[in-house]
Amino acid sequence: MTDGILTLDAGALSAAVRSGEVTAVEAVEAYLAQVAVQEPEVDAFLSLDADAAIAAAEAVDRARASGAALGPLAGVPVAFKDNLCTTAFPTTAASKILEGWVPPYNATVVDRVLAAGAIAIGKTNLDEFAMGSSTENSGYKITRNPHDLDRVPGGSSGGSAAVIASRMALLALGSDTGGSIRQPASLSGIVGLKPTYGRVSRYGLLAYASSLDQIGPMAATVKDAALMAEVIFGHDPMDATSLRAPIPALVNALMEGVTSFRVGLVSDLLEVASPAVASAVGRAAATLAQLGAKVETISIPELALGLPAYYVVAPAEASSNLARYDGVRYGFRGNGETAEEMMVASRSEGFGDEVKRRIMLGTYALSAGYYDAFYLRAQRVRSLVRTAFQEAYSRFDLLLSPTSPTTAFKIGERSEDPVEMYRSDVCTIPSNLSGDPAISVPFGDEDGLPIGVQLMGPALSEERLLRAAFALESARAEEGER
Amino acid sequence: MTQWEAVIGLEVHTELKTATKLFCGCPNAFGFEPNTSVCPVCLGLPGSLPVLNAKAVELAIRVGSALSSRVQASQFHRKNYFYPDMPKDYQISQYDVPVNAGGAVVLRSGKVVGIVRAHLEEDTGKLVHKGGDGRIGGADYSLIDYNRSGVPLLEIVSEPDISSAEEAKEYVSELRAILVATGASDGRMEEGSLRVDANVSVRPVGSTELRTRVEIKNVNSLRSLGRAIGYEVERQISEYESGGSILQQTRHFDEASGKTLPLRAKEEANDYRYFPEPDLPPIAPLQAEIDRIVGELPLLPAGRRVRLFGLMPGASSDQVEVAVTEEVWPYVVAGIEIGVAPELVLARAANELAALVGNAGFLTPERFAEVVALEERFSPSQVKLLLKEAVSFDGTVDELVAKVGLSSSGAEDVRAMVGEVVEANPEEWRRFVAGDAKVAGFLLGQVMRKFGKAISGAQAKAALEELARGAAGL
Amino acid sequence: MTSGISKADVVHVARLARLNLAPDEVAAHQEQLSRILDLVGAMDDDRLAQMPAMAHTQDLVNVLREDVAVPGLPREMLLRSAPDVEGEFFRIPKILGEPE
Repeated sequence: MTDGILTLDAGALSAAVRSGEVTAVEAVEAYLAQVAVQEPEVDAFLSLDADAAIAAAEAVDRARASGAALGPLAGVPVAFKDNLCTTAFPTTAASKILEGWVPPYNATVVDRVLAAGAIAIGKTNLDEFAMGSSTENSGYKITRNPHDLDRVPGGSSGGSAAVIASRMALLALGSDTGGSIRQPASLSGIVGLKPTYGRVSRYGLLAYASSLDQIGPMAATVKDAALMAEVIFGHDPMDATSLRAPIPALVNALMEGVTSFRVGLVSDLLEVASPAVASAVGRAAATLAQLGAKVETISIPELALGLPAYYVVAPAEASSNLARYDGVRYGFRGNGETAEEMMVASRSEGFGDEVKRRIMLGTYALSAGYYDAFYLRAQRVRSLVRTAFQEAYSRFDLLLSPTSPTTAFKIGERSEDPVEMYRSDVCTIPSNLSGDPAISVPFGDEDGLPIGVQLMGPALSEERLLRAAFALESARAEEGER
Repeated sequence: MTQWEAVIGLEVHTELKTATKLFCGCPNAFGFEPNTSVCPVCLGLPGSLPVLNAKAVELAIRVGSALSSRVQASQFHRKNYFYPDMPKDYQISQYDVPVNAGGAVVLRSGKVVGIVRAHLEEDTGKLVHKGGDGRIGGADYSLIDYNRSGVPLLEIVSEPDISSAEEAKEYVSELRAILVATGASDGRMEEGSLRVDANVSVRPVGSTELRTRVEIKNVNSLRSLGRAIGYEVERQISEYESGGSILQQTRHFDEASGKTLPLRAKEEANDYRYFPEPDLPPIAPLQAEIDRIVGELPLLPAGRRVRLFGLMPGASSDQVEVAVTEEVWPYVVAGIEIGVAPELVLARAANELAALVGNAGFLTPERFAEVVALEERFSPSQVKLLLKEAVSFDGTVDELVAKVGLSSSGAEDVRAMVGEVVEANPEEWRRFVAGDAKVAGFLLGQVMRKFGKAISGAQAKAALEELARGAAGL
Repeated sequence: MTSGISKADVVHVARLARLNLAPDEVAAHQEQLSRILDLVGAMDDDRLAQMPAMAHTQDLVNVLREDVAVPGLPREMLLRSAPDVEGEFFRIPKILGEPE
């Protein structure tokens, strides 16, 4: 059995650990062996702790031996994006300003995943404070796409995506503010779910843009993503924006198919995609139709306004969220004769270029004389986008689009031009602005580089999204077998 | 020569009397060891999130109702500025939609001071400046204690309706009394639970213009507030009269010199970049909830005054002011409610009781009422003695009387006591029975000297007259 | 819409954000921010004036916590990650001036 550990999905591995077929230690060792091979090439982790992982696995095995009931993720190796607070690992958000900082508390999601029996392998790389779409903005290192080491894995949850794509862990958590789970999932050939805003507690997530940020699962399969979602969904009294909605049985619903679904193919977002990506999305639409869904094209021109609105709202909130990194209480402190000079030095030396750029932009957008033209206007655009989505969801159960306009690009190719990089978020941003869920699922490739398609739905429609994604995934698998 | 008048608006920050902080469960308490009432939320640690304290909202609404404010749906905003005592480098406050809008405070004089708003916000930590001269500008370095960080504050902003230092003091003391009466604050200025900033300008009498104003920060007693405003008004008048102008600036009051001094000028104008706090959904109190809170409001100091003057139109206003204070009022109410003459209650409450109330021990309002009611039987000095003794006496009021050595004398006993004095002074007694009213005082004095601990003057007088009528009838 | 941002604006915003920019950085930020502002300045739609400003995605209201104390964190744990401490306090260089 132990030879096949890496082929098991999270549900199967956890079941094997619970039944005693595989020990948690065997499972973790198999994955650590994979880490030893892959990590030197991929560079996905900011911190790793093999000893702690084995110790945690031993604890799971002891619990089993003592007759304790094990959780749904028993013995499953997981990785956390490094903007989630963990007491067992430093938490840096890939910023030099937090180098070595060990939080005194765990994020709520981290506690839930660990309580479910999962084994934390390490913390994954990201664009500094989750600001970016390539993971090149990390203050520490560049993570490579396991499908082509010269290319980016996407971002900002690029480390988590690469970890899953190279099978260094079975499940990972990412965060998604404007596409940071879905776009790297697309570029790295994995599944990434951005849940409804409020589905998952943000307590312990280092905030980038509080009204947009949402934590979600990243996994090799839709079923694994659904399993992880069941563990992390649910109300948390520590997060006042957390929803009290009941959690559906997501895994069990996957097989229910798409026959009743009305699917809208969003033409406006197809137009921005490369031919290969647009063609993959078209094939996904055809596949859903073959499976019994009713697919129609829909134009939602308002979505185009999402991009500029996002690049006002997110930097504005970020400029405030990142004010606390001032060298006073934790993290990096620069030199200064006065407190004022020290704070300026800490921030100027501790933050990287992209973070400074967004802080500047957000500060400007909120400042006297510009608030109405930028921030207030962007908030009105949010309403407009939400209204447009509501209209679309009155006619469709789901919307289908590309996740990213292109496949993975070369490292360095876009890093010189922030605006060009921003434009690549156009398909993912609208769901963040409206707070609705969306998922990216692999559907084909271009010259070996994965292509993801995005399914979007109204608030709390994760079950529907996962069912449709599962149908696409299963259809691809059957195609592969033929 | 121009006559000048002051135009003063006050911003009063009061710490709300909750068990925990505004956005986390850390105890809201004074006097903890430094940095021991802190958690990820009030220390602004990365990843932490605020969750609003229901009690703070209730207290804010209570105060708003007491100030006749419009209690409304509200939203928190972030006020962005950097300062080391503020862990997130923004303050969660309220901006364009505060929980309470409008309202008024009616001063003792009858003057009405308008309220602009009363909104919720979080307090900052405390800085201690070390080395040098210990003052902020001359220190070598600073230390920070974040225990106070996140303590709920209600900021009450008045209209610029106040026109003298004296009125400003009256306003603050009336507002303080309201805050204490509503249970929102302990009102302790010396512990910083009530802090006042004053916006001061002057203008020629008769004009309605608003000239450049100066903000005086953080004055920590009523007396200092009066002195600071008094100084600042004079300074501005003499500046204008000598042809100068007033700079819009922030000044602080120097206790030692009695002067206001400018704080270091800022390099830039404030730009707080307010925006709605994304971590906190709006609050929209239900009308039923507001009605419940209003229904539970106690009688406020202004209402207490009305009640007392209604009962006693000629009451001394000094006594009334003492009687309406938070500490004394329950005693007044208890006395009046069991039917003691209001004048008597007011006199005992404003004098003897007020002196004891800080440390009243067993002297509860109910006990106070019982003791004051005894004044029908005992002399004022006896009752005063009983009040004093009641503080440390745990027992019934009869036991208290016995313990003090006052026997509650019946009519038989009183007649016997008077009779004893009559027998000892036959000549005076004869003259009294014959109608010489002048010797009554002597006889009563004898009675009281001998039996004063046991009977009241009124009892003695009544018994003496009864005996005399009996003797004359013989 | 060409928004453009002046050098003085860049310097002012950097000051508000407590960032120190070298002269060449000021120029770079001026160029990049101007381009980004062109991008974000494209928010234009006739219906915007009728749209409410949306600060939250969910229509939650009155999310409140009971006023019950819970233990905080031990002081040592918090001071452990501080850049500078003295005794029971966080320590910082001297402060010039009062808060804004």
